[in-house]
Amino acid sequence: MTTKLSAEKLTLFRGERCLFKGLDFALNRGELLLLEGRNGSGKTSLMRAIAGLLELESGEIYWDGNSVRTHRQQFHGSLVWMAHRVGFKADLTLVENLKFEAHLRAQSGADFEDVLKRLDIDRLKRLPLRALSAGQQRRVALARMLLSRVPLWLMDEPFTNLDREGRALVMQLTTEHLARDGMCIMAAHQDIDIDGNVQKIVLQ
Amino acid sequence: MTDEDDSLGLFSGIFGIVRRDLLLAWKRPGDILNPLFFFAMVATLFPLAVGPSPEQLEFSGPAVLWVAALLAMLLSLNSLFLSDYEDGSLDQMLVSPLPLSALALGKTLAHWLTSGLPLVLVSPLIAIMFRMPFSVTGVLMLTLLLGTISLSLLGSVGAALTVGLHRGTALLSLLILPLAMPVLIFGARTVSLVAAGDGVAGGLYFLGAYAVLVLSFVPFATAAALRISNE
Repeated sequence: MTTKLSAEKLTLFRGERCLFKGLDFALNRGELLLLEGRNGSGKTSLMRAIAGLLELESGEIYWDGNSVRTHRQQFHGSLVWMAHRVGFKADLTLVENLKFEAHLRAQSGADFEDVLKRLDIDRLKRLPLRALSAGQQRRVALARMLLSRVPLWLMDEPFTNLDREGRALVMQLTTEHLARDGMCIMAAHQDIDIDGNVQKIVLQ
Repeated sequence: MTDEDDSLGLFSGIFGIVRRDLLLAWKRPGDILNPLFFFAMVATLFPLAVGPSPEQLEFSGPAVLWVAALLAMLLSLNSLFLSDYEDGSLDQMLVSPLPLSALALGKTLAHWLTSGLPLVLVSPLIAIMFRMPFSVTGVLMLTLLLGTISLSLLGSVGAALTVGLHRGTALLSLLILPLAMPVLIFGARTVSLVAAGDGVAGGLYFLGAYAVLVLSFVPFATAAALRISNE
């Protein structure tokens, strides 16, 4: 079987500064890629580049052996992205926001109520998102990942704003996702405790 | 985990965006009312400044209504993609497997429904102040209907190009106005000509053709512009 996701000689500049040069990696099902580095070292930029939101200076990313440039829709149908900004509408309720997500990408068919209960946000269903705390909003972003049926999770600093239970939950969910043959790319500062095949990239 | 999915379609995506944006507009009615209020104010103040002479009002009515409508549309365009850009929803749309042009079309449709259509519906009320005959008011509404569709579509390209810039309103107007000129000229002139007893078909055909032309290329231009501005 070919590698699911691979990158060859990625180079990215932001302005005059070179964030990374000649970066390679290969990720298979059930594997986690951990991005480490100081603030401003380019973790988010690398993740945005992988998601296709930033144009790379050079290099190519392959999904299932196809370049993601030419097979963008197929690739985007296989990933869900948890970014710094949660990407929800503050004026809409939790349910309205998540129902809209169902129009954007394929759903896992996981029971809506179960997911909310697991993330401990089922009491907040009728509230507009602006009434939720930052940590609770991160949990709604986690619900988006659990509800969508995709193999690749991109998580940018998933532990931000979460309490101790929340951080443990993220690790637990990621472990389960990897056990289901899922894949994950995660940018994180803190030590993580995730079972599975973990690779690391340290950005300078 | 298959790659295909039947339940996800182009129309489901467009429908989802339109429904979400209408829901948002419903929860924040100020966004709809602002341009509408502007339109009503300009068109109401004008007769006060010009004076009560009926001939003058009848003569200037179509032009004033059309200019006010064009400016009201420009006013509303700035916010088209701004909130999506700021809260990260735009990123989520960009990594969705649906074609971005379809999602952009959905956004534009919702924009037209919340800013163009209200102008069309309110215009007969304003037209009364300019002593516009009933038959001419009908033509005014038709031209505005076709014209605002073009303006919303053209505006979406400009809004997409300037979404990453702070205070991009002036630039947005500069980008859009040259392309919007034909709409203004044909829209206002058609109404004036009908008021003078001339035929209506030519002007309406042009506005319709322009709307279709714009519709056929704008979604792709907007999608490309969004990708560039969101880097």
